[in-house]
Amino acid sequence: MALNLVAKVHPVVFFTIVDSYERRLQDAHRVIGTLLGTIGVEKGAVEITNCFCVPHNESKEEVAVELDFAKDMYELHRKVNPNEAIVGWWATGHEITDHSLLIHDYYSRVTSSPIHLTVDTTLHGGRMNIKGYVSASMGVPGRTPGTMFAPIPVEVISYSPEIVGSNVTQKSKYNRQRLVEPTTDLHLISEATQNMESTLDVLINYVDDVLNGKVIADNYIGRELTRMVNQVPKMSATDFEEMLNTNMKDLLMVIYLSQLTKVNVSLNEKLTMLVATQ
Amino acid sequence: MGRCTINVVQLEGLALMKIIKHCHEEGAGNTEVAQGVLLGLVVDDRLEITNCFPFPRHADDVDEEDYQLEMMRHLRKVNVDHLSVGWYQSTQLGNFITTQLLDSQFSYQTSIEESVVLIYDPIKTARGFLSIKAYRLTPEAINTVQERDYTPETLKKMHLGYETLFQEIRLVIKNSHLVNTLLCELYEMMPSSEGKQFLDLGTMSTLDRQLRCLMEYVDDLSQEANKFNNYQRQNAKQLQDKHKFMQKRAAENAQRQSRGEPPLPDEDINKQFKPIPPLPRLEAMITSGQISNYCKQISQFCSQSLGKLYVAKALQHENK
Repeated sequence: MALNLVAKVHPVVFFTIVDSYERRLQDAHRVIGTLLGTIGVEKGAVEITNCFCVPHNESKEEVAVELDFAKDMYELHRKVNPNEAIVGWWATGHEITDHSLLIHDYYSRVTSSPIHLTVDTTLHGGRMNIKGYVSASMGVPGRTPGTMFAPIPVEVISYSPEIVGSNVTQKSKYNRQRLVEPTTDLHLISEATQNMESTLDVLINYVDDVLNGKVIADNYIGRELTRMVNQVPKMSATDFEEMLNTNMKDLLMVIYLSQLTKVNVSLNEKLTMLVATQ
Repeated sequence: MGRCTINVVQLEGLALMKIIKHCHEEGAGNTEVAQGVLLGLVVDDRLEITNCFPFPRHADDVDEEDYQLEMMRHLRKVNVDHLSVGWYQSTQLGNFITTQLLDSQFSYQTSIEESVVLIYDPIKTARGFLSIKAYRLTPEAINTVQERDYTPETLKKMHLGYETLFQEIRLVIKNSHLVNTLLCELYEMMPSSEGKQFLDLGTMSTLDRQLRCLMEYVDDLSQEANKFNNYQRQNAKQLQDKHKFMQKRAAENAQRQSRGEPPLPDEDINKQFKPIPPLPRLEAMITSGQISNYCKQISQFCSQSLGKLYVAKALQHENK
């Protein structure tokens, strides 16, 4: 039970957890489920790539989890991705209850040192806190040992397409109906350019302030700025013009060719239709 | 068959992320597509996709029907919408218009009226542009596939061309309020320096690949055009032969009449000259559709590359 574990979670896991919470039964206060993932090659990191919800009943005295359901779902998921294994379980809510201990016990039978992830969907304290825990036994040697949930850091990692997907989804925060419409490629580039422009404005303001003496110069920031400016490749003007023009000519030619092909194809169809039905 | 119109497909962030994850894990290197089922519901003219699950890749030891039923049964227990509203498929640089797609979407749309197929391009998304589109078969296409008759006459009657095979439906991504809160949290946790790869200037390799695929398809289409030309020529020749035979017959009959003998029996012309069946136009239509799709993609790609070049130019000027 290494205590220097780091939980690296993919965004899709959080989405599933929040969605399961939204679909919970009327009288359930929290939902639980299984975490699937891989125990990384590098020591001390567990990558959590998937999860699913498991129905359970909780009351003051007892807790009942549908273990058959959990097993079945795990088998189904394995058929799609045989690399994923059970690495722990998750629960919504902002604290660990006694029942958590029992559930954790079950999961420690299925895998060694399961990770427990809590996502605070009740927004206790105004934020959705995401925490991870491992169980560690504690107590005086010789007496009955107790278990403690030791917190571990939770990081978010994703594949590059996932980052792109989540960046697009992020925009739904800024819309009343929470809608995002995928835009054309060119639009994306123009947005990024505008972002760059505003960041550059902030930097220029900072530099002006430093030069005017309003802000004390910070050597570290100065060095970073020089590094950034030097990263723009320095080419002679003619070389750059040449490279720009050849690239542009290539692209324009390709656009022209593809338009030509489109027209050709549609002509082909109209002519065939005309000739064939004579 | 009742006409239902779907004007908007609403995709939940959760379903989108699941599709991305599945296609990414499936895709690495092999050319087969990753497929899965979409779950959701229909509200007025909106198709809401709330969840999805992937199909297992190696279907030898897994029965697809069973897997689907099992999965939907289990998901129903946790209150996930269990109404299947379509399916999704990954593609590589847009080469998804095939006969299999046509057939699969046809079977889906006949069993579930409102189903759509989501086409997701993992390669384009990895380069930084989220590429996911929703398609449905047009009613004309459905009628034609039902008849399995792709001769030019039927196509003209049904007004079906390669552009009216599929119709693209507007797609929006929607999140609930709680997910928005989650997104705020995630925004702070995610590394902010990544996700800028779409600003990369070195895009010639993708263009190269796309053009190669386009060339292959254009070759296919020209082969189809050749076949059609051959058919035309054969038809014309047959017509000529028929005419000659008829003329000979008529001349002989006239001769016999003049000699007072009974005319030769009028044989069935068609048995001698078997009519050549008209060519089915399905392959040609599919290839044309594929080509036009590629062209669209290429133009989009070129326009954004041009934009990037101008940005680079502006930076150079400032540096001087």
